[in-house]
Amino acid sequence: MLKEFATYVTYELIKIERGTHLGDAVEFFIYDTLKIFILLSVIIFVISIIRSYFPPEKTKKILSNKKQFIGNIMAALLGVLTPFCSCSAVPLFIGFIEAGVPLGVTFSFLIASPMVNEVAVVLLWGLLGWKLTAIYIGTGLLVAIAGGIIIGKLRLERWVEEYVYQIQMGEGQEVVKPTFKERVQYAKDNTKDILKRVWLFVVIAIGIGGFIHGYVPEDFMTRYAGPQNPFAVPVAVLLGVPLYANAAGVIPIVSALINKGLAVGTVLAFMMAVTALSLPEMIILRKVIKLPLLAVFVGIMTVTIIGVGYLFNAIL
Amino acid sequence: MEIKVLGPGCPNCHAMEELAKKALKELGIDAAIEKVSDIKEIMRYTMSTPGLVVNGKLKHSGKPLPSLDKVKEMIKQETQT
Repeated sequence: MLKEFATYVTYELIKIERGTHLGDAVEFFIYDTLKIFILLSVIIFVISIIRSYFPPEKTKKILSNKKQFIGNIMAALLGVLTPFCSCSAVPLFIGFIEAGVPLGVTFSFLIASPMVNEVAVVLLWGLLGWKLTAIYIGTGLLVAIAGGIIIGKLRLERWVEEYVYQIQMGEGQEVVKPTFKERVQYAKDNTKDILKRVWLFVVIAIGIGGFIHGYVPEDFMTRYAGPQNPFAVPVAVLLGVPLYANAAGVIPIVSALINKGLAVGTVLAFMMAVTALSLPEMIILRKVIKLPLLAVFVGIMTVTIIGVGYLFNAIL
Repeated sequence: MEIKVLGPGCPNCHAMEELAKKALKELGIDAAIEKVSDIKEIMRYTMSTPGLVVNGKLKHSGKPLPSLDKVKEMIKQETQT
């Protein structure tokens, strides 16, 4: 139905000639924009309701004194469900450590949380289909679990800033449990909040995607960044680091490039670098962990993400 | 009345402070708002910022921010007791 609407607007209302590049690009733009915004509104709303049942305090309680491995798996899953913005990474980190959540388990949480975020998931799903989205979520969780387990095994607790261990948390006052009506209100607010933040990026990026779709030759990316090019994955990961917090603006462009021959593994690695390796998050984490641990964290993430890229380029 | 806004200084924390200010003004209550950015102090109340504490009680924590009416209600609750 959306498709018909986009076709109607493009060729009947704006009266662009059928079969032209411009017509292609405009139709693609209208269709994708409508689809993405409907998906974003509905899914963020639903996810927000689910998330209201997993406040950080509850997650902390669940994870405290959990064993490695099981703890890492649960932390990665809860990282997806617990609402958390990177500006509260410091109090969250301290809260977890103070409550006896093992360091590696804490990291599984911190890796999974930004990587599998609702905006990235919706855009991937809407633009690239559920299969790739499932692969992204699955490998994202695996990277978070594996990264956390490695950090746990290395016993790097000495590289956590000393003051973290000295902070005593109050009894962790809890805000009164919200009613269902309040959860719905919360979900509405959250959806509005996120849409307000990302809509412009999404529209511009879909516009660029539409342009690529209409004008860029079919084999364009195959020539430069096809599966045969061994440098494509590491370069994609490096490019992803400064594009933090902008999954919204990146995914529509990248997904248009997939149709032009960009390898899927390269795309996955790039997406993970964009979401999980962000400069501001590193600066924030530096407040609670010392440089060597930060370096280990970044190193492990870089290596595993590049590994994911090569793996999927090889098998898909 | 003692009001604290908890947050390390992110945009949301400023927004929270503005909300609290506005709420106080509309309610006609004259109270100072204390901004708490020291992490140790924040941790006494919550892990999720921004937070709003009224008379020592944590009224709100985390994102998204409450509506102005909600903040007014939170403050009113504490004035009655």
